Amino acid sequence: MAESNPFPGENNTGHFWDDNLRELSNPPPRWWMIAFWLSFAWWVLYGILYPMWPTPWAQDGPGHTTGILGWSQIREFERGMAQVEAVRAQFEEQIAGMSAEEIIADPGLLQYVRSSARVLFGDYCAACHGSGGQGNPGYPVLADDDWLYGGTIAKITESITYGRKGAMTAHKDILTEAEVDQLARFVVTMSEGEPGSDEDWALFNAKGCIACHGPKGNGVLAELPDGTIVTVGASNLTDGIWRFEPGGYESARHTILYGVNQDVEGSRSAVMPAFGEAGTGTSGRLESSQIKKLAIYVHDLGGGR
Amino acid sequence: MSQHPPADPATMDDLYAEADHWHVNTGGSTIHAKRIPGKWRRIKWLAASVWLVFFFGPYLTWDGRQAVLFDIPRRQYHLFGATVLPQDFWMLSLLLLFFAILLAVATALAGRVYCGYFCFQTVWTDVFTWIEERLEGNPQQRRRLDQAPWSMAKLRVKAGKHALWVLIGFFTGFSFVAWFYGAGPLWRDFFIGQANSAVYASVALFTVGTYLLAGWLREQVCFWLCPYARIQGVMLDRTTIVPTYDVDRGEPRSRLHKDLTRTAMDPAEADHQPQRGGDCVACSQCVAVCPTGVDIRNGQQEGCITCGLCIDACDAVMDKVGRPRGLIRYASLDEMEGRPFKPMLRRPRVWVYSSILLMALAGITYGLSSLDAIDLRVLHERAPLYVLLSDGSIQNRYTLKLLNKSNEDLSVRLSVDSPKPITVVGTDDPVLARHGEVTATDVFVKIGRRALDSANVPVIFHAEAQLPDGGQISARRESAFFGPRR
Repeated sequence: MAESNPFPGENNTGHFWDDNLRELSNPPPRWWMIAFWLSFAWWVLYGILYPMWPTPWAQDGPGHTTGILGWSQIREFERGMAQVEAVRAQFEEQIAGMSAEEIIADPGLLQYVRSSARVLFGDYCAACHGSGGQGNPGYPVLADDDWLYGGTIAKITESITYGRKGAMTAHKDILTEAEVDQLARFVVTMSEGEPGSDEDWALFNAKGCIACHGPKGNGVLAELPDGTIVTVGASNLTDGIWRFEPGGYESARHTILYGVNQDVEGSRSAVMPAFGEAGTGTSGRLESSQIKKLAIYVHDLGGGR
Repeated sequence: MSQHPPADPATMDDLYAEADHWHVNTGGSTIHAKRIPGKWRRIKWLAASVWLVFFFGPYLTWDGRQAVLFDIPRRQYHLFGATVLPQDFWMLSLLLLFFAILLAVATALAGRVYCGYFCFQTVWTDVFTWIEERLEGNPQQRRRLDQAPWSMAKLRVKAGKHALWVLIGFFTGFSFVAWFYGAGPLWRDFFIGQANSAVYASVALFTVGTYLLAGWLREQVCFWLCPYARIQGVMLDRTTIVPTYDVDRGEPRSRLHKDLTRTAMDPAEADHQPQRGGDCVACSQCVAVCPTGVDIRNGQQEGCITCGLCIDACDAVMDKVGRPRGLIRYASLDEMEGRPFKPMLRRPRVWVYSSILLMALAGITYGLSSLDAIDLRVLHERAPLYVLLSDGSIQNRYTLKLLNKSNEDLSVRLSVDSPKPITVVGTDDPVLARHGEVTATDVFVKIGRRALDSANVPVIFHAEAQLPDGGQISARRESAFFGPRR
């Protein structure tokens, strides 16, 4: 440190080393200081307007100041959701008061239903039936035209609301090995579009298969004059679509031996849970308008037949 | 030389006084450039006047709506008769390529002409300083006013200037927003607080930005903020014509006195008076008029925006002192060094740049001329890829997306072709495609199991519609039909 300032008028701090090394005390640029104080003012203002300070001393546990604007992330989220709901509400209100057929006739509504039901389908249905209704081993394909319980909107609505639980007797103690073999071969024959022999039909009728699979083996018990088909959910044995993978002789034989949903080891499991509204004796997981939308969507998957 | 008028010594001392303040421009003090008339000054105003389109363009109408309107909320971009939707935005990339290359080719040929004549920073600064000159007087008066203590007179002048600047800034922002919001609705909504917040924020941003950048930062933007100034530096080459000081002709420079004697600028040379000085009379007029405050006599440099105002200034002085014009002129380095001048068409750079320009232009022309009124996309359902139906046939599901780019709702008829016998479900009724929207519809195609002899069959989708004026439009899209592998 020098005794006297050898650089007078230079705006230095008076600190010198090695004769001429010195510290200058130039002020920061004015614009920088303005920006600095503006930032500071913003910080103070922010603390007043928005949640900022922790309040560990609060009586009801540690919290934070809320800010005079009362803003919070969750409230912003809720506001955003309310806006989305408001947009949906106009559609939802219409849907609630319309039948599925009326909705299908309205292209705008149908578009909305397809979009919103796709989400529902992903949430509630896709786990078993696949994202596009392509089915999974043991779970029926929804994109084809083969319906166990009927493919009309009304039938699909019924299936979603109350669920389905198929039933087929286990025949391992009822039928002889030869009968099981003959019936399994017959099922394969029918699935290939062949008529089958009279002996096959005789056995089919005698052993009671006809009671559920119908007189033609196509799962149809009766066709009412208005076109409604009566079924109990037994599969159509005359088409190439197999209810239980992989299909063919072994699959048929297994199903005949152990049945469906029987208290027998090896029995097929075929249960569709009920999704219907609360108070209808179901799980109450879906509201009626959601079921309506899903029914339209599922009906649509295979082309609406 | 005899054809030039004799020098007018009386004006010379004034000229010297004008440049006494000059120093290297590091932004420490405001550049107050002198404004003088001249050829390049005229060209500069002409180029700048193109920007009037920016202010008045939004008021043009075409077919009953704003001719050029970038409707962002509705995602429709109207360019006179054409409506461009986001799906056609690949053309924007070609447009950007076109302008980027245009900038490159202009720079390679004639240096930073964009900077000097057309850049909004240059143009707005030019207008702002023109206002400053009208209100505060010539550069010396302005410098005096800046240093003078505050008084009502000074306040009045300064307030008027800043008010005008802010007003220009406001209308810059207002006009910008008008291209997106529509000029009519903007005038209707803006002043009664009915426009949306993005509009007000944009106008505020432009107002403040214009005021600060053109009023306060000026040439400092070109020096320290603008990346193009730096990029363009590397695009120059020896053949680029830029404002150049003819060193051979000008040096050694010397002061010209009233008695027409001259004294050398360099004190070391003061002892021996030059027999005959160079043509540069060291009047520093080229510096006094320079909007970025550079001395062109030091050669091409980062601060030079090649606006040519120094050429006007020097030519005026050369006229006065009776020397030929062109001591500072647009010239290439090759020309100054006496190298042979290579014609423009024999420079590969010109060909490469031009072909890129042409390609971009051709692409845009093609795009705009082939803007189909409908666009058909076919999405093949993947889950499941195909479905076995109870009658043994295979079904594929397709989602057809129809984009209607016309201005009317269209009733679109769909059809499907295939070399195999197919059954189609979902094309019986025409689809109503709303204009400016994508309409989705599902189509199912079935092929009998026996007819399906390969896992992949081509199918072709057609969409046809009739325009209200009777014109027939169609779109076609190929897809594939999938079946089980055999």
